[in-house]
Amino acid sequence: MSWREALPVLIVLSSLIPGLIIFTLPEERQRLRTALNLGGALVKLSLVAVLFPFVYLGQSFVFRLPLLPGMDLVLHADALSLLFIVLSAFLWLVTTLYAIGYLEGSPHRSRFFGFFSLCVSSTTGIALAGDLISFVIFYEMLTISTYPLVVHRGTPEALRAGRIYLAYTLSGGILLLVGTAWLRVIAGDLAFVATGILSALDPSLHPSLMVIFLLLILGLGVKAALVPLHGWLPLAMVAPAPVSALLHAVAVVKAGAFGIMRVVYDVYGIEFAASLGLLQPLALIAAMTVIYGSVRTLFQDDLKRRLAYSTVSQVSYIALGIDVAGPLATIGGLVHLVHQGMMKITLFFCAGNLAETLGIHKISEMNGVGRRLPWTMAAFTIGALGMIGLPPLAGFISKWYLVLGGLEAEQNWVIVVLMLSTLLNAAYFLPIIYRIWFGAPPQSWPRDRVRADGRETSLLLLLPPLATGLLVIMLGLLAAAPFSPLQWVQIITIREYIP
Amino acid sequence: MDAVLLTHPWSVWTIIVPLAAAVLAFLVPRRAPLAGIITALSVALFVAATAYRIFLAGPHTQMLGGWQAPLGITLRADGPALIMLLTSGLVGLTVSLYATGYFTAADRQQRYFWPLWLLLWAACNALFLSGDLFNLYVTLELVTLSSIALAALNGSPAALDGAMRYLLAGLLGSLSYLLGVALIYGAYGTVDLTLLGQTVRADGLSRAALALMTAGLLLKTALFPLHFWLPPAHASAPPPVSALLSGLVVKAPLLILFRLWFEVFPDTATAGMAHLLGILGCGAIIWGSLMALRQQRLKLLVAYSTVAQIGYFFLLFPLARGEAAATAWVGVFLLVLAHGCSKASMFLVCGTITRLAGHDRLAGLAGAGGTLGARLLVFALAAVTLVGMPPSSGFIAKWLLINAAIVAGQWWYLATIALGTLLASGYVLRVLSLAFTESQSPPLPVAPRILRWPPLALSVVAVLLGLAAFHPAVLTLAGAPVSGIILLEMVP
Repeated sequence: MSWREALPVLIVLSSLIPGLIIFTLPEERQRLRTALNLGGALVKLSLVAVLFPFVYLGQSFVFRLPLLPGMDLVLHADALSLLFIVLSAFLWLVTTLYAIGYLEGSPHRSRFFGFFSLCVSSTTGIALAGDLISFVIFYEMLTISTYPLVVHRGTPEALRAGRIYLAYTLSGGILLLVGTAWLRVIAGDLAFVATGILSALDPSLHPSLMVIFLLLILGLGVKAALVPLHGWLPLAMVAPAPVSALLHAVAVVKAGAFGIMRVVYDVYGIEFAASLGLLQPLALIAAMTVIYGSVRTLFQDDLKRRLAYSTVSQVSYIALGIDVAGPLATIGGLVHLVHQGMMKITLFFCAGNLAETLGIHKISEMNGVGRRLPWTMAAFTIGALGMIGLPPLAGFISKWYLVLGGLEAEQNWVIVVLMLSTLLNAAYFLPIIYRIWFGAPPQSWPRDRVRADGRETSLLLLLPPLATGLLVIMLGLLAAAPFSPLQWVQIITIREYIP
Repeated sequence: MDAVLLTHPWSVWTIIVPLAAAVLAFLVPRRAPLAGIITALSVALFVAATAYRIFLAGPHTQMLGGWQAPLGITLRADGPALIMLLTSGLVGLTVSLYATGYFTAADRQQRYFWPLWLLLWAACNALFLSGDLFNLYVTLELVTLSSIALAALNGSPAALDGAMRYLLAGLLGSLSYLLGVALIYGAYGTVDLTLLGQTVRADGLSRAALALMTAGLLLKTALFPLHFWLPPAHASAPPPVSALLSGLVVKAPLLILFRLWFEVFPDTATAGMAHLLGILGCGAIIWGSLMALRQQRLKLLVAYSTVAQIGYFFLLFPLARGEAAATAWVGVFLLVLAHGCSKASMFLVCGTITRLAGHDRLAGLAGAGGTLGARLLVFALAAVTLVGMPPSSGFIAKWLLINAAIVAGQWWYLATIALGTLLASGYVLRVLSLAFTESQSPPLPVAPRILRWPPLALSVVAVLLGLAAFHPAVLTLAGAPVSGIILLEMVP
């Protein structure tokens, strides 16, 4: 096996092997566990860094393991996979640090970090999957490895959320599997190729292709939380904060969105999908999800639930960008994959800090909390303003390109949807920001953990949101710098549109 | 070296060694566990050697004593037999290791477990390799009788009741099967499968014989609605025995069915008959799963899951008619292997859990982070294969079945496979969620290593087999009565 074949495998194994070792560790081996976690995360980041220049130059890294005659497990690295994998590798590192701080002293940590690593390995596999079948394999592995994280607390509420999560995702998974098998039967090899592979098929198959598209999108839409398939997401909030952060920013919902990208761009091909008339309905569903999610968000007092509904809304920006079918909208949708991840993980880290340090779970309890946790709340404010789309933050860049895309494709309703959504975003985030900084703090917090060293909270809980918050600013300010996500997305877009 | 590997009748040793060990274990009970372990390891080696020989030199037959059929006994080592031997080797090795820890020397059960199990093993392997109807009958009888004795091993009223029903079903099944064999022998004067395959005419007599033999075998393999005897027998037997019954024994009559339908009577069996079996299979999948969802005891849940999984095997009959034959064939045989490993592992974990907790009532099992929690996670790992989640061998098998159903345009079966998968996740989840429920009871002692590692290893093997399914899949078709490419495409 040459190093070019080995590299994608090693990237997957860099989180899988530490995870498997962690399972066997007794609870008290905290140092070794931390070393394995961080070591794996750093190794993964460095391996991805090696990959980067080669993919930029358009070179390919492919690994094949024959599963059956005519069916391989394919791992390959292209520009799109790199976008997702850089995001997941980086956020894994940050979230691991956060989780070590968050779960300090709590039970079952070996189990937690074991499944956490499996979850990241599956996400990496999703990013690197070279054909639809391999994608499905990792996609289902993600379903299994996230269940233990959702039910980690073991409360009846958590178990119920886990049951509903599995009911949604496994049903979706079956539809995806059937759709993939059907497509495999009529189209043969399902390798991901920029500009798609299906346009050459006989026109008599087009009705089947449309049904298959529906099956695939139903399967992927569950994880991407497209309305009405989003029911599991707000319930999954019972998971510990680092899990919610990872689920919302990169692992589960993004796997769904990424899958939609792969299906639309690399299996059907954007132009072929548009010519079949498949994108318009999907764009409408995405738009509906954007608005519906935002409206539901308004009425949540529980902070994590508000963030969850906000995810429902924000992730559909990605689907919207894909389905408007124009290069600029594509750029907006793809770059939002990274930008939303960075902003949402910041917000969830901050929500976790509120719960962990002060026992605050509700927005109505957040009056004046900016004075008690100034740094955390500064990061929260940046994340929230970014979500609204305030220039020059990351969210602005995504929205800007989505608007341009709507104009370019002459679909002006997209602009109305985005404006409405922005208004709603402001309506549900600005009151929180006002409370944080201008509300009168209560006599005492629900469960204040004052620290001896005078810091607002432990460094492990504080630094991750500060780092991601800083990145929210940088991603916006330096969007035009070489190798920023925006620039990278432009490279992808050129490859997707020009055969 | 290669010459020996390629010409020696390795498969014969998989019968002789357990048979000899069974006698030894009966005569010298003190040394029985040792004999069992040595047998298990050597059978595994002989199976590997058989696989290697088939891989390099193709399927082969062995004349016992040098007599040609129809006079002598012919043993056939072909692809289908090999997959069965692989299942038997993996399950047998794991259960033997586990049993050395499960039965103690002071235990009366150990006195009988080893001779019976080794006899059962020899009979199973002989059945898998048999090439004629009469040998299949004799070996099937041996399998059934030793299984019944094993099921009654712990002597509890529940076990005796289960074994009694098993005996009844077994005898009825044998009778029906033997009647069919007699009809065929009377008409054609031979019982050799290959000879019969060439001479059997598709007339009323053949149909009657096929129907009789099939009915008997359906009863023995416990296809819905003839499954009444299986849950009590499998659930009340000692766990190592349950693992063997579910993982290995139900597949013995199944192989005979496959051989009859696809080798001897390919033209006699009509599409209607095949669909009848397919529909019964669908009924098994749904009924078995629903019953598993309702059980209050862990072992009964697993036993009903066997009822459901048997249904999948019967989808072969309708799906393997036409161009998807090879796809469905490989899918079902891989499923036999996957199910054997995962189900045996599940029953062994049940045994460990029952030993630790003192019972197997689902309501009383909870154990996040504790000993029970860890065992339940092993159960979950086996369940990954059972449900058919990637990357396990169960996934590859179901993928092939789905492919076959699509190619054959049998959407009805496709829907059942999908529904069955969801129901299976449902009943598995009932157990899995217990692994995360905080336990109120005082911490339990850790189980000894020999009760922990074998089931874990077997479930890991079952999962990893999915990534190594290429060669088993190809080998399944060696000498199989179906041909074609494994993964079909229908590009017009």
